Amino acid sequence: MKRVAVIGVGLTKFGELWETSFSQLFVEAGAMAINDAGIDGSDIDALYVGNMSGGRFVDQEHISCLIADHAGLTPIPATRVEAACASGGLAIRQGVMSILSGFHDVVVVGGVEKMTDVVTEKTTQTLATASDSEWEAFMGMTFPGLYALIARRHMHEYGTTREQLAMVSVKNHENAMHNPYAQFHSKITVEDVLRSPLVADPLRLLDCSPITDGAACVVLASEEKAREFVDNPVYITGSGQASSTIALHDRKKITVTDATVNAAKEAYARAKREPRDIQVAEVHDAFTIGEILAIEGLGFVEIGKGGKATEEGETAIGGRIPVNTSGGLKAKGHPVGATGVAQVVEIVLQLRGEAGKRQVDADVGLTHNVGGSGGTAVVHILEK
Amino acid sequence: MKVGITGYGVYIPRYRIKVEEIARVWGGNAEVIKASLKIAEKAVPALDEDAATIAVEAARNALKRAQIDAKKLGAIYVGSESHPYVVKPTATIVAAAIQATPDLTAADYEFACKAGTAGVQTCMGLVASGMIEYGLAIGADTAQGAPGDPLEYTAAAGGAAFVIGRDKLVASIEATYSYTTDTPDFWRREGQAYPRHGGRFTGLPAYFKHVYSAAHGLMAQLGLEPKDFDYAVFHQPNGKFPRVVAKKLGFTSEQVEPGILVDRIGNTYSGSSLLGFAKVLDIAKPGDRILITSFGSGAGSDAFAVVVEDAIEEKRSLAPGVEDFIARKEYIDYATYVKLRKKIKV
Amino acid sequence: MSSIPRFWRNMKSRYNLIGKRCTRCGEIYFPPRNFCSNCRRRGELEEVQHSGKGEVVSYTVIRTPPEGFERQAPYVMALVKLDEGVMVTTQIVDVSPEEVEIGMRVESVFRKIQEDGEAGLIYYGFKFRPAKEE
Repeated sequence: MKRVAVIGVGLTKFGELWETSFSQLFVEAGAMAINDAGIDGSDIDALYVGNMSGGRFVDQEHISCLIADHAGLTPIPATRVEAACASGGLAIRQGVMSILSGFHDVVVVGGVEKMTDVVTEKTTQTLATASDSEWEAFMGMTFPGLYALIARRHMHEYGTTREQLAMVSVKNHENAMHNPYAQFHSKITVEDVLRSPLVADPLRLLDCSPITDGAACVVLASEEKAREFVDNPVYITGSGQASSTIALHDRKKITVTDATVNAAKEAYARAKREPRDIQVAEVHDAFTIGEILAIEGLGFVEIGKGGKATEEGETAIGGRIPVNTSGGLKAKGHPVGATGVAQVVEIVLQLRGEAGKRQVDADVGLTHNVGGSGGTAVVHILEK
Repeated sequence: MKVGITGYGVYIPRYRIKVEEIARVWGGNAEVIKASLKIAEKAVPALDEDAATIAVEAARNALKRAQIDAKKLGAIYVGSESHPYVVKPTATIVAAAIQATPDLTAADYEFACKAGTAGVQTCMGLVASGMIEYGLAIGADTAQGAPGDPLEYTAAAGGAAFVIGRDKLVASIEATYSYTTDTPDFWRREGQAYPRHGGRFTGLPAYFKHVYSAAHGLMAQLGLEPKDFDYAVFHQPNGKFPRVVAKKLGFTSEQVEPGILVDRIGNTYSGSSLLGFAKVLDIAKPGDRILITSFGSGAGSDAFAVVVEDAIEEKRSLAPGVEDFIARKEYIDYATYVKLRKKIKV
Repeated sequence: MSSIPRFWRNMKSRYNLIGKRCTRCGEIYFPPRNFCSNCRRRGELEEVQHSGKGEVVSYTVIRTPPEGFERQAPYVMALVKLDEGVMVTTQIVDVSPEEVEIGMRVESVFRKIQEDGEAGLIYYGFKFRPAKEE
């Protein structure tokens, strides 16, 4: 496919941001991205925002309008995109498609989630709406529960160990130490993970990404228009998106996220790339098992070998294929709608050489964002 | 044409709590209590069980033995004093769960522990008159005793279901006779969590008077004597009352003991005499005559004279027996008990 | 107050494991659907009754329960593959968590799934318990 340029990036700190409201989050990230791009508000043709549940978290729908209004961007067209935890990734793809279609030249794509304005029980209930409401959540299933089912089966089928899952978390916490925007700046050990309270056997507290407020934003431009603003943009060269069954119980094989496999296939085809070309990746580790599933589904390692690869350091900074240099969802935080966009921000920083102490040497990067237990997946490939 | 039981089924929850455990918390003398009430332990429902789930499980087992299409049921009556709703019948939940809807009548009964047998009588009338082909009567309860009250040792959970019809009978009902008065021995007002009772008043003027009169009245009507029966089953609020009234009526312990199960599962209220009846059906032979007498506080007793038919031999093994349910158990402590019975405010 | 029609509509499936089968391609849908994903407009769906027997494909113990399930926690949730082919998300009861195994045979029972508070409706449906030896 033709390339789309990323000319600006921005994000808020991720964490429990008591002082910051829903719309303030987006405006902050957006202003930073526009600044970074060196463009003016009047250069923007359209706005796409990824958000899972403004309605349940802050009693606010019509997010697109709210954001356009508070960002001072009216009357441009503004669109809210939703696919649970993949909302951000989908928003990126919508922005890419709007440029490639020729409809727009410069678009702002952001993601935002404000999760701490309600009590934890309400948050977990809301996250459960990403699963099958009447046949999974209704029966007493929780989000960690769904991933726990996958983890146990993965351990049963492939011999993945509890320790290997823990190592994903340890690595990501280590990486986040060098990310000033991350929610957690704490090193942890495998013992810490294994001693943390059980959430849904075999998953423990430190296997699970946190509840986070945050927003991330990028400015996309057509290759031609980009040259007016920046010298060395990073390009989105591939995009893939796929849907699967909403309920885990309807998946053909619960240990393989077919949406990931299909989305990756399309992205690689469009970018004319293969898994071994990818040199850095941000993948969807909502739970530690998620990262194992991701590196297998994306083709970085053989199916079933994700645990071993992690154990052997292949996905660490300095390893064969550094994964989640930002700290991933686990340590950076997971403001649901923002995550997919934040992943693009990280890869852009990496490819630009602006990743500070977590910098890796890479020309080709990949982002991978999943909705629910794997009902949606969206993959983007970026290159210098 | 004879009217009788085409199929029967039971359900008893798994959890058990021992008299010793309850006595430990309330400072009771377990040995004295066990000797006076003649009960060792009782059945406790799980958090996700109630009179409706028990009724459904018993009904499904009854249908397994009845071997009829549930759509042929013309009536369903569920008797309980712990219906899950005060307004909204348990009977329709059962009807939907056994796929008997929509061509039938249904209603719930309340008459303390004889609500189930009242349902049996109603079905008998509907079947005998030809108004329906088959009826289903269920007695099921998840009874509650106030913490520290003597009833806490006996109030238990369980249920039994009977398909009443005219053919494929495992037992035919020769006759039924009831003795009913307004006697306030045990009651519960709307909105109250626990029942109240008249202490020793629940004995002679209530249980004994009605059970004796109904059983005696039935035998007189049929011109029968205790020796004409192979088994006698009575409502079992504890292990003492049924044995005392049996002796008073002239029954031997050989006739009464097989129908006693309160010592091991407690008083299942609307399920009590019906579970005792099912327990006897699990072992009776064709030709055996059984007397069943229920008792419901408020007060009344329904007595039935039943003769076992040939079909019992082949139908008995189609569903689990009462002893199978009694044997399937897991003990819990008092703290778990009050959590399960929601006696702790949350 | 929770939705009434939404949960009433599902009663047949929740109480009696009734699904749908496409007469054209044989695919079974539980919960039932009106549209065969394989045959789409050419599909023809009829009701099918499940036997209630199956086996555990995976399981977990929920320790941070959602609203309404606090009293029950910790409880076992599992993916059960019914003998007819479909998989369901369900609670495993009458067993302690340590006794559950992948591959364990289970059978359906009728239990309370949840309730809409103390004054709301009670929702009944299927759960599974270890099957007795056959």
